[in-house]
Amino acid sequence: MSDLFQGLIQALTLIFNLDPDLYSISIRSLQVTLSATIVASLIGIPFGAWVAISVFRYRSLVIIIINALMGLPPVVVGLIVYVLLSKSGPFGVFNLLFTPTAMIIAQVLIILPIVASVSHRTIRMLWMEYRDFFVSLNASRWQIIVTLIKDAKRSLITASLAGFGRGIGEVGAIMIVGGNIDHATRVLTTAISLETSRGNFTLAMALGVVLIFLAILINLLIHLTIKSKYEKIDDRM
Amino acid sequence: MIECKITGLDVSIEKNNSKLLGPVSFNLVGSACTIILGPNGAGKTSLLRLLHGLDKPTTGSITWEPVAKIEEQSFVFQSPVILKRNVIENVYYPLLLKGTPKKEAITKAEYWLEKISLTYKAYEPAISLSGGEKQRMVIARSLIGDPKLIFLDEPTVNLDGKSKSQIENLLKQVINNGTKIIMATHDLGQAKRLGNDILFLHHGKVLEVSSVDSFFKNPKTKDGLTFLRGEILQ
Repeated sequence: MSDLFQGLIQALTLIFNLDPDLYSISIRSLQVTLSATIVASLIGIPFGAWVAISVFRYRSLVIIIINALMGLPPVVVGLIVYVLLSKSGPFGVFNLLFTPTAMIIAQVLIILPIVASVSHRTIRMLWMEYRDFFVSLNASRWQIIVTLIKDAKRSLITASLAGFGRGIGEVGAIMIVGGNIDHATRVLTTAISLETSRGNFTLAMALGVVLIFLAILINLLIHLTIKSKYEKIDDRM
Repeated sequence: MIECKITGLDVSIEKNNSKLLGPVSFNLVGSACTIILGPNGAGKTSLLRLLHGLDKPTTGSITWEPVAKIEEQSFVFQSPVILKRNVIENVYYPLLLKGTPKKEAITKAEYWLEKISLTYKAYEPAISLSGGEKQRMVIARSLIGDPKLIFLDEPTVNLDGKSKSQIENLLKQVINNGTKIIMATHDLGQAKRLGNDILFLHHGKVLEVSSVDSFFKNPKTKDGLTFLRGEILQ
């Protein structure tokens, strides 16, 4: 309990003293995970929508694969990205290993199945509701996808937030592809791992508090931004 | 003049190996408002969906003249499809799909909202409307693109007298403006008030196509007479 309490005190001290290391690590954490979440959402949401409204031969198989990939161990993702980006790998020429870009690539692969799967389920439900209306209006596939994404935006933002939550707390993959290099690829989770292995529990706890605070802050900001009239109606009911 | 021809003697819809509708074969020529009457499960919705092209027939074919394109028609569903947007956005949505500039679409939507007395709720979420208001809103949405033909599937079912009256008045205006209506209902009073001719369905088969007067005064089939008496059809 004392470690927890000490950690909280130290976290507050570091935050209010504007500790440069803490701020640089926190900003890097946010940059990596927010970038990965945006890229994964830009790919996963339209893909989920496309699968939701399409009829093709192996549709069920595609859905099973997306759902299965949600449980993909981050360490395995890290290993695959490491092999692909290493000097002897197919993308070695780009010199991306042990850079924030490599960490973003790994996190995109971790977040993408979550965003695609939740988007697919959300849009599928809306599609069942709207289908006849779209057929009656002779809407094009593109018009249908745009409308469904627009009308499901709140649920889709929740899908992206779920992906962000998985990414910000992830350590296995980014440790492998980022290398936890000080002032280069060190982020909150890898710093916590390092401080714990050093036996510096109070600092590790302080970093943990900052990590939780950041995750809540991002969720809160997005929630306040998208709070729509529909939510006000829900509140009234 | 809008003409509906169903060619082929075996237009039918089958789902899960059971026949929902057919064989049916009939022509609808010239009347302003055709009412599809029949008891629950007669196939009224299946026939409307088939006529509009929402479902494809298992056999046979349908020919519409001169409004062959689905964009020239519109459909009002029994359970209104409400987009998760505000009322005015719901109303002008079909125009946006057709490429109408947003400003022009809003002006047209405002005109229709005034016509259905919903101007004061234009910027409320559509989901917050009452049942009657939702149905008026979707009828306005179905009319905003100036369709030549409109299908309505029991548009006033479960509505109170006032809402029903408002919708019927709106439909009378639509008919007077030259739009053909094909409407399914099992409300006999409504069929008399709005219809010109009746298409009577039972067990997925068209038993009678005749004028409203003729059907109500002298139905051609025993099932038609039983239905008009309010007795249970076997």
